[in-house]
Amino acid sequence: MTARTADIEDQPAAWASVRGGIGDRIFSGAALAAGLTILAALAGVFIFLLAKGATGFSKPAEVYGPHAESFLGYVFPLLVGTFTVSIIALVIAVPLAFGIALVISHYAPKWLSTPVAFVIDLLAAVPSVVYGLWGAFYLAKKLVPMHEWLHDTFGSWPVLGALFGEPNAAGKSWLTVGIVLAIMILPIITAITREVFSRTPRLNEEAALALGATRWEMIRMTVFPYSRSGMVSAVMLGLGRALGETMAVAMVLSVGFGLSWNIIATSSPTSIAANIALKYAERSADLLSVLVATGLVLFLLTFLVNFTARWIIGRSERRMAR
Amino acid sequence: MAKSIDVSDVNIYYGDFLAVQGVNMTIRAGAVTAFIGPSGCGKSTFLRSLNRMHEVIPGARVEGKIVVDGQDLYDAGVDPVAVRRQVGMVFQRPNPFPTMSIYDNVLAGLKLNAGKLKKSEADAVVEKSLRGANLWNEVKDRLNKPGMGLSGGQQQRLCIARAIAVEPQVLLMDEPCSALDPISTSAIEDLIHELKDEFTIVIVTHNMQQAARVSDDTGFFNLKATGEPGHLVEFNPTKKMFANPDDPATEAYISGRFG
Amino acid sequence: MTATVEEIQERAHTPLVMPRLPRVAPAIVGGIALALALLLVVLGMGVVGSAVVGVIAYLVALPLWSLFIEGRRGATDRMMTGLIWATFFVAVVPLVSLLWRVVSKGAGRIDGTFLSYSFFKTQIDQPVGIYHAIIGTLLITLGAAVISVPVGVMAAIYLVEYGKKNKLAKAITFLVDVMTGIPSIVAGLFAFALFTLLFGPAYVSGIGGSVALSLLMIPIVVRATEEMLMLVPDDLREASYALGTPKWKTIVRIVLPTALGGILTGITLAISRVIGETAPLLLIASATDRTNMNLFDGAMTTLPVLIYGQNVRGDAPAEAIAWGAAFILIIIVVVLNLLARIVGKIFAPKKG
Repeated sequence: MTARTADIEDQPAAWASVRGGIGDRIFSGAALAAGLTILAALAGVFIFLLAKGATGFSKPAEVYGPHAESFLGYVFPLLVGTFTVSIIALVIAVPLAFGIALVISHYAPKWLSTPVAFVIDLLAAVPSVVYGLWGAFYLAKKLVPMHEWLHDTFGSWPVLGALFGEPNAAGKSWLTVGIVLAIMILPIITAITREVFSRTPRLNEEAALALGATRWEMIRMTVFPYSRSGMVSAVMLGLGRALGETMAVAMVLSVGFGLSWNIIATSSPTSIAANIALKYAERSADLLSVLVATGLVLFLLTFLVNFTARWIIGRSERRMAR
Repeated sequence: MAKSIDVSDVNIYYGDFLAVQGVNMTIRAGAVTAFIGPSGCGKSTFLRSLNRMHEVIPGARVEGKIVVDGQDLYDAGVDPVAVRRQVGMVFQRPNPFPTMSIYDNVLAGLKLNAGKLKKSEADAVVEKSLRGANLWNEVKDRLNKPGMGLSGGQQQRLCIARAIAVEPQVLLMDEPCSALDPISTSAIEDLIHELKDEFTIVIVTHNMQQAARVSDDTGFFNLKATGEPGHLVEFNPTKKMFANPDDPATEAYISGRFG
Repeated sequence: MTATVEEIQERAHTPLVMPRLPRVAPAIVGGIALALALLLVVLGMGVVGSAVVGVIAYLVALPLWSLFIEGRRGATDRMMTGLIWATFFVAVVPLVSLLWRVVSKGAGRIDGTFLSYSFFKTQIDQPVGIYHAIIGTLLITLGAAVISVPVGVMAAIYLVEYGKKNKLAKAITFLVDVMTGIPSIVAGLFAFALFTLLFGPAYVSGIGGSVALSLLMIPIVVRATEEMLMLVPDDLREASYALGTPKWKTIVRIVLPTALGGILTGITLAISRVIGETAPLLLIASATDRTNMNLFDGAMTTLPVLIYGQNVRGDAPAEAIAWGAAFILIIIVVVLNLLARIVGKIFAPKKG
């Protein structure tokens, strides 16, 4: 076991030049300061958002615009919008991501895994504004037939039919936004999941194969149970990313304030992030405070989701290390 | 029902690299056969070719014939998955499935193919297998506890129970005691004596004394020279192998002059 | 009827020789599915629809065939293999579509004027270009890097070299990970709140954008540097101490250069991540038609903001400009990504 740096520093005078001369004190001080800056920045985000946005929670009713009379009334449709597109995105992205992660970790031969992973990383590299451009100018139009088909086929079903009411003629609905978001969050879910899948102990995999399991049966018996918490965290991180995404939503969605279950509607409430992007230019100080206040809500929401996801990963890593 | 294995002209490759060359032997039914030899000479590689686990490694392949009950395991029409159901394996390090209880571990292999089991049927199988592995009395009151909570020796016996629950024709054991303490080792050796009535057992071991204690036949593997493939030097009944081996290299290994 | 154990075990026996599909079965079914898809295209169904039908036909036919010949387990295995591979190809489709769109619609708009003129017209019929956005992107990103690289690298040094096991270091590492999830608009709101509280409500500047972007860059830089520093073996440090070198010199002269490749890769990846950010810059750096060279004064446009602005305008020339700018942006991002990989390879400790 190699001696720890600290042990060496505790040695007497012979090692005195190792312990702080003035250089060391300055350097370690700077390093500590940098670490504290990060904590300060995180706290600062909360503090400054609160400072600028606190008044936004309690403005006079006119500020909240023609469709709401209070902060709650203003932010509620935005929360619905935020969650709806995020959930649509997750429903699409999660099975795809798990499948791709399995391709990279278990199905592709070694020489193919790297290119496959590279292609997925390319998806992550595309800036969100370009996704927004593609969604707004291309995908929305392409999906209009699908919107109509969904309405025609399922619109009259009980319960499910409520999701597929009158279709958006330009395709700029929650559904389209959800599809674009799904492509955007796919890389992060895939990256975390494939890490975890690859770490399944080979010994357990071989035990399953030696019992005469097919490849899929081996994966069900060993890989999935082992990777459960990693998969949960990956999904949560994907959710966090989707909740905070601005440009794709702002550029693709046709905004309206009517709350309904219809995911292919002509107009739907937008997300908190997109709403800020769309409204920030109206430089009324009152509205700006309200926008900052909604931003604070979003910050707390994504912080909570990310915190929980990372905590779950950390807990399973500690358990594995035992 | 235990079966015998006929091995003819088997060569085992990792990609282009020939690891084991020209193996010929007959493994007797209902007997214990041990493979001994220095590290890296191909004993485990050859063992894994008997249940087609070797080909799980990308690029690995086997040439030659391995015939069990009249059927060549490497025939074109044979599914490796089916082979592994007939030829079970116990590994060097105990590996019960960590997320399953003792009960579920024993049933893991059987559940894949037996369809729906009634609770009473499943209980009966679990009891029979655990008794067969000499583990029943120690765990019968805590079948729902995780398999990982047992001691090393108990985990290995659990793995043996899991392997015999599907009634394989042959049971392969790859240095099953090397990760265990002497008391657990002796428990497993006793178990092997009992199991051989029902199963053909092939065991790879580093421990010559264990081979002498436990096996009826022994095969000695060695490298031809450094960098050369491994091959089977000699295959004889254990008593003869240890008292009066045919090959001088075998004699040298057994008397400890190398390895 | 409860079966005996022997009966159950008998029931579970699979014979060694079972009927199996021929090895080329997937190819046969694939060929038929392909033929079906081509037939549909000829008959008038769109390419996308036919492809979908073809894929579904494959995914259904092969397992079904297998079910009759190989049984339930073989069929399930084949079906899952098909579905799992299908997920990859489903993901590739939008990527190819998007890149194709950007290249085909954007490349045509690029010419010398596009790259060297800004939106600011001195004459009525002067052609416009995105020069101002390119400059803005470079300056603001540079500002962000200048802020986040020192802070990020030094913080990672603290975490690995000085704070090894203490609670503060653990808290910082954990929170850095959480920070990677901060939405970019929140980072923008932070910069907006900070600067408008300090300098008044009408404040816009490029540096505000840099501050917002650095909030997004720092976690990436810290993570990459941290992992690289941890890879440097302790033996190296101790050899240096044994020669009487002070700790800070050891870090600067020995540890950092060893980890340099990975750190540079992390920085490059962080840059490529933020160079495409729009939302924070909308809020604090705003946009302008002119080329602005001063980070600290006045609005500054970046490529992503320009693209967004053109999307808002929505008419045909605006769309063309947007695609052209998107093309340039994608090229920059791809080049940065490749650069990151190359840098990592060049600076990796030589194995000789």
